[in-house]
Amino acid sequence: MAYSNKVIDHYENPRNVGSFDKDDASVATGMVGAPACGDVMKLQIKVNAEGIIEDAKFKTYGCGSAIASSSLVTEWVKGKSLDEAQQIKNTDIAQELALPPVKIHCSILAEDAIKAAIADYKQKHGG
Amino acid sequence: MKLPIYLDYAATTPVDARVAEKMMQFLTMDGEFGNPASRSHRFGWQAEEAVEIARSQIAELVNADPREIVFTSGATESNNLAIKGAADFYRKKGKHLITVKTEHKATLDTMRQLEREGYEVTYLEPQTDGLITVAMLEAAIRPDTSVVSVMFVNNEIGVVQDIAAIGELCRSKGIIFHVDAAQAAGKLDIDLQALKVDLMSFSGHKAYGPKGIGALFVRRKPRIRLEAQMHGGGHERGMRSGTLPTHQIVAMGEAFRLAKLEMHDEIKRITALRDRLINGVKDIEQVFLNGNREHRVPHITNISFNYVEGESLIMALKDIAVSSGSACTSASLEPSYVLRALGMSDELAHSSIRFSIGRYTTEAQIDHTIKIVHQAIEKLRAMSPLWDMYKDGVDLNTVAWVAH
Repeated sequence: MAYSNKVIDHYENPRNVGSFDKDDASVATGMVGAPACGDVMKLQIKVNAEGIIEDAKFKTYGCGSAIASSSLVTEWVKGKSLDEAQQIKNTDIAQELALPPVKIHCSILAEDAIKAAIADYKQKHGG
Repeated sequence: MKLPIYLDYAATTPVDARVAEKMMQFLTMDGEFGNPASRSHRFGWQAEEAVEIARSQIAELVNADPREIVFTSGATESNNLAIKGAADFYRKKGKHLITVKTEHKATLDTMRQLEREGYEVTYLEPQTDGLITVAMLEAAIRPDTSVVSVMFVNNEIGVVQDIAAIGELCRSKGIIFHVDAAQAAGKLDIDLQALKVDLMSFSGHKAYGPKGIGALFVRRKPRIRLEAQMHGGGHERGMRSGTLPTHQIVAMGEAFRLAKLEMHDEIKRITALRDRLINGVKDIEQVFLNGNREHRVPHITNISFNYVEGESLIMALKDIAVSSGSACTSASLEPSYVLRALGMSDELAHSSIRFSIGRYTTEAQIDHTIKIVHQAIEKLRAMSPLWDMYKDGVDLNTVAWVAH
């Protein structure tokens, strides 16, 4: 299967790989997917006092498109408020990376990862 | 070093230059382009002679009679002809067939079709090492079992089934025994005088011949009958009609002749390369070799790299042509059904790579592969949340995954 140049770029030079201390109050974690399905994404966001995502990191077990999708969203969420990040759509991710139809689930997973991280943050901070 | 490195010989082999040279002599006006079925002139006679020489060369590799070799378009067609042809012809004996879950799709899908036509099929589940036992087969045999089909060498994990013992059992019960030997011919010794096999499928392009040509061995003593699946001019003793592709047949014959001459040296060389590859990666943590260690061909090595996903690993091994599962299924997102049938978890099956070594593989290529595999595993594990969890001592089976 031929990958788009953007997928290859993110795959070969993934942005923001890593982890934050999950016990840090400003850090929230979203982990979605399942090993049995071949994809697990862990997205962490660091939110400042103004409610702006100031940093993000990811780790992903999955195909090149899954890695690229998570790498891309770490770039996209930075500098956004939680509400703005909540608006990121899987279709935008798929379009940006020119994902083929069989890889659309990777972009859906990346959107889910953002939403899961935001939900975790809200839960940590009393909703 | 010339990149990419081809380590997917189980998917297909390049045509040996000596074979290609021979093949080209049977195409043009200056060559022997005649129709082997033309009886009225020299062009036909010469083509027919070339076909018969090739038929003998194929028979010689597997110690069969040339009259037992039927040309087809490949092992897929051979499997279809053998299984459907025998099931149809012997349907009065019974409509129960037996095969194994790890067979090639050409066998499994043929069986599925026969199920739609009213046959019953038992799919044996192999042991975790990929092998079936005679006892397993014996337990599945019924009075109405007519055909058993078991592959010689598995195309994904390279394990070798005990065809001799399975053949004894089938013969003692009067059951037709078909063997898919696409990955076996030229890779191990096959003696059809000794083996109690009734039907055996061969492929040209898995043994340095061209694609689009294969053969089916159909035993004469005791005589096995088949219902033809392709009708027409009555070629190949009525079992497979269609003008014989002389150039492809000659090429397959030459490829099998070379295999007979060079097979034993080649096995030694490839075994050494295989051992070099395994030794080079075995010290990586959480790496598993799939399939029985002893009963296997050296050409095919299937390795699981736990906590790394197969498709991204293949992407990381970009200058190395390998596959996750067989080429026939690598377009799908499902993990290999062969590895699943061995009882392997989905995630480990997703993390598996088949390295298949062949005639033109060099030590330098294997060494480069080892280096790239180490780099890829390191990179992908550094990126893998599962690896972190494993390192933290988390049992992944106890995690409540949010499946999608």
